[in-house]
Amino acid sequence: MRLSEWKQLVQEHGCLEMVSRLLEKIEKSKFNAYITVCRKESLQRAQEYDKGKVKGKLAGVPVAVKDNITTKGIRTTCASKMLSNYIPVFDAHVVERLKEEGAIIIGKTNMDEFGMGTTTETSYFGVVRNPYDLGRVAGGSSGGSAAVLAGEEAVLALGSDTGGSIRCPASFCGVYGLKPTYGLVSRYGLIPYANSLEQIGPMASSIEDLALLLEVIAGKDERDSTNAGRGFEFRESKEFRIAVVKNMTAEEQIMDRFYDTLNGFEYEEIELPSLKYALAAYYVIAMSEASSNLARYDGVRYGYSVPELTSWSDYFSRVRAEGFGEEVKRRIMLGSYALSAGYYGKYYLRALKARTLIIEDFRRAFRDFDILVSPTMPTLPFKIGELKDPLTMYKMDVNTVPVNLAGLPALSVPIGFIRGLPVGIQVIGNYFEESKILSFAKRVAIE
Amino acid sequence: MVSVEDVYHVARLAKLMISEVEAEKFRMEFEEILNYFDILDEVSQEIMPTFHVLEIRNIFRGDLPKEGLNHEDALQNAPRKEGGYFVGPKVVD
Repeated sequence: MRLSEWKQLVQEHGCLEMVSRLLEKIEKSKFNAYITVCRKESLQRAQEYDKGKVKGKLAGVPVAVKDNITTKGIRTTCASKMLSNYIPVFDAHVVERLKEEGAIIIGKTNMDEFGMGTTTETSYFGVVRNPYDLGRVAGGSSGGSAAVLAGEEAVLALGSDTGGSIRCPASFCGVYGLKPTYGLVSRYGLIPYANSLEQIGPMASSIEDLALLLEVIAGKDERDSTNAGRGFEFRESKEFRIAVVKNMTAEEQIMDRFYDTLNGFEYEEIELPSLKYALAAYYVIAMSEASSNLARYDGVRYGYSVPELTSWSDYFSRVRAEGFGEEVKRRIMLGSYALSAGYYGKYYLRALKARTLIIEDFRRAFRDFDILVSPTMPTLPFKIGELKDPLTMYKMDVNTVPVNLAGLPALSVPIGFIRGLPVGIQVIGNYFEESKILSFAKRVAIE
Repeated sequence: MVSVEDVYHVARLAKLMISEVEAEKFRMEFEEILNYFDILDEVSQEIMPTFHVLEIRNIFRGDLPKEGLNHEDALQNAPRKEGGYFVGPKVVD
């Protein structure tokens, strides 16, 4: 549902009535897209709106928030048993911004555990189902945020993207999802998985809605030392120099649809040679950062604990063995391996060097072009349980991870359906050129 | 080659208790994944690593006292607490 449609309905029926209907719909939902629904708070906020007490750019608008973004007083789990009872005592920067602009935080969305996955199948709370086919995944890790938009269980949503976690589910669920330039949106209150790669980003059913949500969440925040201190305002541009990245590819039927979409646009085809290192470099860096970040879960200050306080090493090891799921353990262990004595140079440092090459490839491309395009995902949404081994799953991120390594902005744009399943294209822009990406996406939507 | 001992070694480093069955499963998976990572061997040692994509460094703020979490909030999520402190496992025998 678009924001304009929601506003129209609220004008006709009142906010309380519309929020009540939405909550009823969520209760009967088959998608398993929410982990926590903020029923009481949402109704209260809607009532205040109807009394004219709520102002702001998102006044009375139901926004779903991914469950790795901290919400004061509302359970925030990262879809992990480890945090299944964790109640934050502060709001993330983006949540503060939503509240300041009058938004209604309708619920916390399901995801892969700690963002580690491409299907939401690693969630402790069960898989998110694709609204277009309940037997298929909604994509991940922000699968819940995409599914609530496709299933009309929220008007806007926030996701986070470490290696494609916004763009993959946006593609699989036929919605818009943007990974902003690294540093545009404060990460304060985003429970970390891989700090140097991840960004919080907006997801929506239209370009205008997405731009508005980005405008609200982007901006200066001293509490994130990697914040770029810049805001966002949508300025439409009309002319683009477009390139197709030939070595970001997909199944034939997706490629056919991809080139159909570009019909009527002038473009060149280029190759970025260093992309062959991207997937390996991404996973080495993400796992290394994860192994360090997730060391904080000790069962002492917060999170899951076991009944018996044994020796410290035994206690921590038990808490973490029981509290983390399999994929999280896999990444922590591989990250520990990549950083351990004797392997740091071979894996971690080499990955950071490959990252330099990938950044240089992109920089060269952006000297000649404004917009780089590719399919978002190499395949259509998978059947639940289809991806059996970890490496096969990792390889699905091949088109999305280069963008995170370089810190660039990229958007997944829905371009229609193949056999009833959504398809998306990825539009990559230069640093802080989100406006160009959105302008181009608007043109794609029209053509 | 990844051995079961290697898997137990990283599990110890990462403070994760794992079973024999898990160790063998992880061993096979790690071997496949680490083999895939070998493509990075092609990358020249001469290249400078990129730790961080933003061209910002040394972000300082004034060293001024600010209000932090109060005791009650800080302890709110603790599984065990006593007299305003966290209770943790014994570190020395």
